[in-house]
Amino acid sequence: MTMLAEGRPTKQEADLIMPEQDAITTHTGNRALMVDEPLIFETGSPDRSGVDLPDAPQVASRLGGLDRKAPIGVPGLSEGETVRHYTRLSRQNYAIDVGLFPLGSCTMKHNPRLNEKMARLKGFADIHPLQPVDSVQGALELIHQLADWLKLLTGMPAVAMSPKAGAHGELCGILAIRSALEARGDAREVILVPESAHGTNPATAAFAGYKVEDIPANSAGRVDLAALKARLGPDVAGVMITNPNTCGLFEPDMKAISDAVHAAGGLVYCDGANFNAIVGKVRPGDLGVDAMHINLHKTFSTPHGGGGPGSGPVVFSEALAPFAPLPIVEKLDNGHFRLVEEETAEDHHGSSFGRMVAFHGQMGMFTRALTYMLSHGADGLKQVSEDAVLNANYILRSLEDILDAPFGNSGPCMHEALFSDKGFSNGLSTLDLAKGMIDEGYHPMTMYFPLVVHGAMLVEPTETESKAAIDQFVGAFRSVAGRAKAGDELLKTAPHFAPRRRLDETQAARKPILVWTEPEEFAQAAE
Amino acid sequence: MSRYFTDEHEWVEVEGDTATVGITDYAQEQLGDIVFVEVPEVGTELEQGDDAAVVESVKAASDVYAAVSGEVIEVNEALEDEPGLVNSSAEEDGWFFRLTLSDKEELDDLMDEKAYKAFVDGL
Amino acid sequence: MVALRQHRSRSDRRHQTTPTPPLKRRGLNNEEGKNMRYLPLTPDDRQSMLATIGAKTVDDLFVDVPEEARLTGPIHGLPMHAGEMAVESHMKALAKKNHAAGDMPFFLGAGAYRHHVPASVDHIIQRGEFLTAYTPYQPEIAQGTLQTLFEFQTQVARLFGVDVANASMYDGSTACWEAITMARRITRRSKAILSSGLHPHYVSVAKTMARFTKDALVYDAPLLEAATDGQSLLDQIDDETSCVVVQYPDILGRIADLSALADKAKAHKALLIAVVTEPVALGAIMSPGEMGADIVVGEGQSLGVGLQFGGPFVGLFGCKEKYVRQMPGRLCGETVDAEGKRGFVLTLSTREQHIRREKATSNICTNSGLCALAFTAHMTLLGEKGLRQLAMLNHKKAVQAADRLAAIPGVKLLNDSFFNEFTLVLDKDARPIVRALADQRILAGVSLGRLYPESDTLAQGLIVAVTETVRDEDVEALAKALEGALA
Repeated sequence: MTMLAEGRPTKQEADLIMPEQDAITTHTGNRALMVDEPLIFETGSPDRSGVDLPDAPQVASRLGGLDRKAPIGVPGLSEGETVRHYTRLSRQNYAIDVGLFPLGSCTMKHNPRLNEKMARLKGFADIHPLQPVDSVQGALELIHQLADWLKLLTGMPAVAMSPKAGAHGELCGILAIRSALEARGDAREVILVPESAHGTNPATAAFAGYKVEDIPANSAGRVDLAALKARLGPDVAGVMITNPNTCGLFEPDMKAISDAVHAAGGLVYCDGANFNAIVGKVRPGDLGVDAMHINLHKTFSTPHGGGGPGSGPVVFSEALAPFAPLPIVEKLDNGHFRLVEEETAEDHHGSSFGRMVAFHGQMGMFTRALTYMLSHGADGLKQVSEDAVLNANYILRSLEDILDAPFGNSGPCMHEALFSDKGFSNGLSTLDLAKGMIDEGYHPMTMYFPLVVHGAMLVEPTETESKAAIDQFVGAFRSVAGRAKAGDELLKTAPHFAPRRRLDETQAARKPILVWTEPEEFAQAAE
Repeated sequence: MSRYFTDEHEWVEVEGDTATVGITDYAQEQLGDIVFVEVPEVGTELEQGDDAAVVESVKAASDVYAAVSGEVIEVNEALEDEPGLVNSSAEEDGWFFRLTLSDKEELDDLMDEKAYKAFVDGL
Repeated sequence: MVALRQHRSRSDRRHQTTPTPPLKRRGLNNEEGKNMRYLPLTPDDRQSMLATIGAKTVDDLFVDVPEEARLTGPIHGLPMHAGEMAVESHMKALAKKNHAAGDMPFFLGAGAYRHHVPASVDHIIQRGEFLTAYTPYQPEIAQGTLQTLFEFQTQVARLFGVDVANASMYDGSTACWEAITMARRITRRSKAILSSGLHPHYVSVAKTMARFTKDALVYDAPLLEAATDGQSLLDQIDDETSCVVVQYPDILGRIADLSALADKAKAHKALLIAVVTEPVALGAIMSPGEMGADIVVGEGQSLGVGLQFGGPFVGLFGCKEKYVRQMPGRLCGETVDAEGKRGFVLTLSTREQHIRREKATSNICTNSGLCALAFTAHMTLLGEKGLRQLAMLNHKKAVQAADRLAAIPGVKLLNDSFFNEFTLVLDKDARPIVRALADQRILAGVSLGRLYPESDTLAQGLIVAVTETVRDEDVEALAKALEGALA
């Protein structure tokens, strides 16, 4: 026979001892695919670039003698190095595309890629906001269509499209309320906000010049209607209610709340962050709401992008519609679309409180959201809220034997389930549980919100998770919760497997380092 | 020299007409690592109960009230570089500001050390 | 006790992995047998989960919603669901009705600029780990986002010539307003002087907000002069002034030295706020920080972020170190982890709404994350060398175009100095001409009539922007068309 003995081993030698990973160091500090990536200021240089540009025409400058002479200090990299830099960094991020993202109140649903493709059509992406309106009729029509969807889904007659994010939308709603009351000659000073509200609510009301007072909750975690009624009066401009509320519960008295506020001469703002629980099934307009912002980046799947951009259109009742901010897209009888800005406002929108932002709003998010709505349709959107609520209740019931669910006995939850840290031992906290979840391969749930529950953990799976994915998540959550209750010391040093261990936020706040500065020796050499 | 306490966890050390104000050790423990202290400006006139200072930890900002009325004459500059002094020495080196008392009778409303300890035990 | 044990065993059974369903039922996920590609639950899943919950139908879970408010079927007036092909068809039809800038000669600016974004930027921002990530509140698994924000902050601070910058805001106009309120907090005064050269939309936003905050704004529309209103601003600064807000280059494209304004503001304990709507300009002209500005804000859209009909954009915000605790918006800071490794976290959060609530520095929640990433990636690709080259390319093309257009009878160039945008004064009203040229598929610029509709004196002004994307034949086409319109 021919003995071809060249080659290499095809499996690990049997009697080698496998060392503990932690004990091994590498020269680079990297761990196989997990590569640490320096700052561009450490790897780039001012004379490198990943862009080739044509030569400038040979003409004299006309910069008024203000030429920039001193070095700017922004380094460059070639294209390949740039792509590698960001690719390596991206791999240190958790994301919806990586796994279930149970952040209560954030609605981390799958971000459809068709949205991205449609937003990039040149007819949407490559048009300037100040082009003559005849040249952008398709864009205006899109905004109008999206506005129609939002009005029909909420049962409200009007919508302001320009707010750039949820908090901006809240501001829009409150400013409309204030304008409406001033127009009535009945300026009032107080806005009532539940203690469980998201911090943007009182911040917004205070910005608009209101004094904020708390509305207490009852033992079932809902607004105390009697207490609210008792407080209403001629000095109360209105209320800001989140429904479903921040504990994940529907406010069954919502209509009664609205009626009471209206009877007392006030107006009702609804924080629509939790719209995913009721979209297609309940219309806020039927509950007496006067203004509600909608987070397109929550309910309507536009991507979170690591913190933004968002988009927060606001639907309005008849009472507030006249005060909606500019600009406004209108359809004329001949099918033509026009843009109402400052100059044409007087004709039909004379009471508008004005412009909140340059140009027209988050067009890029409008294309994505409309794509999403067309994809789902009215039937699909109804399915969305049903599946979202089903998934959350499944999680609630699968965990309530091991974790304290403060409102578990007061009926079903909506699209999110709320737990507390009751029963944790050995000084372990919600934070420790959350860091333990990281090691299990999950982004933690929302922690310490709402403030009304101790060690709150708010879990929102959304409708785009399969049962298998949820079961796996529940298994991990049960395991870490069990360890928290048993007082497992290891949780105090979790996470152990993430790209970083727990970070020192105290130091970051005491000695803020917000920009890169060259190390001393190089700075001196440069001088 | 005598030391008084409020139910908002401030302490007041009185020497003659001058009062030194800070927060108690119990308070600093509740707040966690202190990262920044915003003290009033020298010359500010404070009324008892006014917002006097702000104590920031990483996740929260807490208001400190004027325990007594008076004019601010000195602030603890060391806190600018070392806000952690409030954690390590809340009731000595971590003082916030000094003022000249305008109404010594206000001290009658405050607790002494024993009463404050009892108050804290009851929380 | 018995009930508890039963409950637990039901849970235990339910979240074991169920065996793979038979092939013919896979993919069906609602009763009618139609697939909804984003909704993975099958009818079997739903039954199983309802059993765990102890409910008969999903409507039982909506028991808290009053009968009258519960809809029984899909909302009327809206279409039913559609597959990708149908949705694409609908959207493409809408897109086709718009004149895309790249398809014709294009000269619009006035706060939004058409630049070439290198191909790799869009790939970078579409990586799922960036696109579908959340705000980096769990920093151990968000170092990707956090490090890019730190790099972004540094780039913005250096571009602006200031000590620190935040992790971005919604856009330039809201950043400008936030700067005005920040100046009010710092100076405890409420009179803000707005230069006539400030973008009228930015002015409009400030006026809207000031109605509610009772800030007193001083503002006049611009004059068609070569000089900016610098002298007039100097004359107005006094001890009641909280800030002076100057756009650089201004709405008519004019550039002026801000040092004298900075000095006078400082002498009166007021703040100088500079607004930069075209950051590429800072690759050619001195930064506002170098000239003494206290706060510098701007619109970052030019880099990495396309026109997109006005949004999403990215607000830039920087200031001197001593004001950092008054700065709104998210901030990313450097720190170390428990093993001493460098890492990044969001910091100084106590300024923000979710902590200070009523006393927050603003009600901002989101930054413009993905757009900030696009900006920083584009800046990294450019580097200093590339940025300076890009800037000079813009400027010199604009100089060439300005001279070509100024040679047309009936056209005068207003500016002595400009970066990539200048104002032409025509001997007829510019707005109808712009509309007429748009019908001929030439997007000629922004008429002052569009921006200042009440002003007769500005009606003949036309703002023309020339970036690196403008070709010589585009300028020729515009020149010919203007000649025709003015004949």
